[in-house]
Amino acid sequence: MEKKNSHNHIVGYGTYIFVWLTLVALTALTVTAASFDLGNFSIVVALGIASIKGLLVLLVFMHLKFDDKMFRIFVFVAFLTLTIFLVLTFSDYSFIR
Amino acid sequence: MNQIAEATVNTHVHRDDVGAKIGMWLFLFTELILFGGMFLAYAVYRFTYRDFFALASKELDVFVGLINTLVLLTSSLTMAMSITALRKGDKKLSLVFLGTTILFAFLFLVNKYFEWSAKFEHGLFPGSNELLSLPRGEIIYFGLYYVMTGLHALHVIIGIVILVFMFVFVLKDKVNQDYYIMLENSGLYWHLVDIIWIFLFPLFYLIH
Repeated sequence: MEKKNSHNHIVGYGTYIFVWLTLVALTALTVTAASFDLGNFSIVVALGIASIKGLLVLLVFMHLKFDDKMFRIFVFVAFLTLTIFLVLTFSDYSFIR
Repeated sequence: MNQIAEATVNTHVHRDDVGAKIGMWLFLFTELILFGGMFLAYAVYRFTYRDFFALASKELDVFVGLINTLVLLTSSLTMAMSITALRKGDKKLSLVFLGTTILFAFLFLVNKYFEWSAKFEHGLFPGSNELLSLPRGEIIYFGLYYVMTGLHALHVIIGIVILVFMFVFVLKDKVNQDYYIMLENSGLYWHLVDIIWIFLFPLFYLIH
């Protein structure tokens, strides 16, 4: 049964090429955005675009969109854990000064 | 009777593709934590030495970084298409895509080699007098730059070794239309290397 869920779906070339084009466009966007002085906002834009790109790679290239739901929960929890590490430690650091 | 039954069972190939994939993801999580720690160090030091980071990053060539970003994105595309080709039964096309992925991986390293050589020529390498004469914030920026992109480059090298093995396996039909989990897991590794670069690029090359 699991085999059916996670192994029967073959992603077509078209889907991959579309995602690749989107990734290239987002790369162009992030480079263009960096040429403007957005002040404090620029890091938010840079990380925001990088996150969208990362998510696209995870969902389509790494098949999470088509695999068993378990994998999505799995990866979500892993990233959530990492985010907690990053946010808590960083906020701790930024307030001690 | 019992023995015969047992013998029949033993001829079955023991495999658990879903289990193999879970294992691969677990490994990737350890990679995530490894790089995550470095990104945290980066965040803390960038917060402390904002202006120095912005100044030091001017030394990096955005164009070179952009080319390498496009190279890795495209290699991810060919990696993904290689799996699709194999699953559709087109071994030859799968090998072409896999070979292209390996080629792009090499291209990334060649680009990196020239990038680093240029830095070295300017005297900007870890421990050099030139680098140590810079303000502390810039030294830390270059320290993080060399460690993080260096570790990433090491992953690209390991990725090439894995993909070369996969190329041979597909060639010898050890990895085939019915048994492709190894290729899929290698792909997962390769895409993770891509994701890490997606974050490294803006954080080191595109700072103001």
